[in-house]
Formats: sequence, structure tokens, C-alpha cells
Amino acid sequence: MKDISNKEYKELYEQKRPKAKLSTNCLKAFCVGGLICMIAQAFNDIYTKVLGIGAVNAASFTSITMIFLGALLTGLGIYDDIGRFAGGGSLVPITGFANSVVSPALEFKKEGLIFGVAAKMFVIAGPVIVYGLSSSMIVGFIYYIVRMILL
Amino acid sequence: MKAYVMTFIVGGIFCAIAQILLNKTQMKTAHILVTYVVGGVVLSVLGIYEKIIDIGYAGATTPIIGWGHALMQGTIAQIEAEGLIGVFTGGLTAAGGGVAAVLLFGFIMALLFNPKTKK
Repeated sequence: MKDISNKEYKELYEQKRPKAKLSTNCLKAFCVGGLICMIAQAFNDIYTKVLGIGAVNAASFTSITMIFLGALLTGLGIYDDIGRFAGGGSLVPITGFANSVVSPALEFKKEGLIFGVAAKMFVIAGPVIVYGLSSSMIVGFIYYIVRMILL
Repeated sequence: MKAYVMTFIVGGIFCAIAQILLNKTQMKTAHILVTYVVGGVVLSVLGIYEKIIDIGYAGATTPIIGWGHALMQGTIAQIEAEGLIGVFTGGLTAAGGGVAAVLLFGFIMALLFNPKTKK
């Protein structure tokens, strides 16, 4: 076997490595993500039209239902299979947020209920909540000031 | 029926954008979720996200970017009603249900199930 330099190796690697096709991946993400959102729309219709819940609360109930399903399917090991197929399609819907909580909690379960399950639940959800809440408070404060000046 | 078609299209577009970011940049899942949520906050206060929901129904509210919108709308509503304290109390008034549900269901599922052995 002949020796090859690092540079040659890198070139060879770039040629031979399996390239994820962007178009196929996008199509999968689009379809799976679209379908998950349609399921949410169906729950929303059931809550508003069949059960007669107000729009705002129905939206919250819909989120909670989708989070429950995402968490359950992650526990059953099904959501990770969907994720391998769909990529961004299963990540972005709120079910993916539930998945990002349950998945590390399960993985580190053997480290105990405090430092394993409870702490690892926040590996991804923590940053999302920190940035989400902080930005809404900062923008909210600016909104408050601007409103005070204008009124 | 139109609502379902638009839900599929708008929800699909948000997911396809995430896929492009995953493929073409160094961003990991956490980066994308954080970017989406902060994006939702900004688009919401500018009044743009409200219009996207009018077009896309659950296709706009189900992606995590819609959670950012809910945070911001809750904050604005509480500021209008209660003043400065709304800056702090508003976000979780509107978007708290999702956070609470994620904590409860996430914890229960992690207790009930065990990790699948990797094949």
C-alpha cells in the first residue's frame, strides 16, 4: 500500500465520501415537517370546532398534545427513526423540541434521576428557553419604552 | 381543506430551510432551534409573524419559531395590560403551557422508558 499525504487523503476523502443530497433531504424534510403540522392543524380543528375551546387556549392545547406525542414517540424509540429519515422535518416542529428533551434524558438515565434525567433534559431545551425568554424580555422592554415615548 | 394545504406548505418550508442550514452550514440542532425561537420573537414584534400565521395556520404555529411568536405576543399583551411588569410576566403567560408540558411529559417518558440499545 502506498503512502499518501494528508492533503491527498483529504482530496480522496472528499471524492469518495457519501454526499448527502441537498434536494432529496430538503424534500424529505418538507414532506415530513408539513405532515406533522397538518396533524397539529387537525387537533386544533377538533379543539375549536368539536370541543368549542377558544382559539388561544386551543392553540396551547394543540402544542401540549403535540409535545405529548413527540415525547411518547421518543420514549418508544420511533421519533429517532423518523429523525434519521426527515432531518430538519422532525426537528423544527414542536414535537422535535419534545424529542430534544426526552432523548438526552433517556440516554443519561443511568447517571441517576437528578444529574442524569432531570439535568440532561435541558441540554438543548435550556438554551432554547434562555434565548427565547431573554430575547422576548429585551425586545419587550424596548417595546415598552417606545410605547411610552409614542403615547 | 385550504387550511390543510397551506399548513403543509408553510410548515414544510420552515423545515426545508432548517434542512438547508443543517446541510450547508456548521449549525447543529441546538443552534437551529435557538435561531428559530429568536427569529420568531423578532418577526412577531414587527407584526410579520401574525401575517405568516394568517397564511399558514398550524404550519406557522407548530414549528418552534411559532413558540417565539407566542412568547412575544404574551409579553406585548401583558405590557399593554399591566405595564412594565409585563416584560417579565408576559412571555410565560402565553408560552408557558408548552414549557410546562415539555418538562412534565419529558420527565414522565424518561422514567417510563429505557434507552434502546444501539444496533
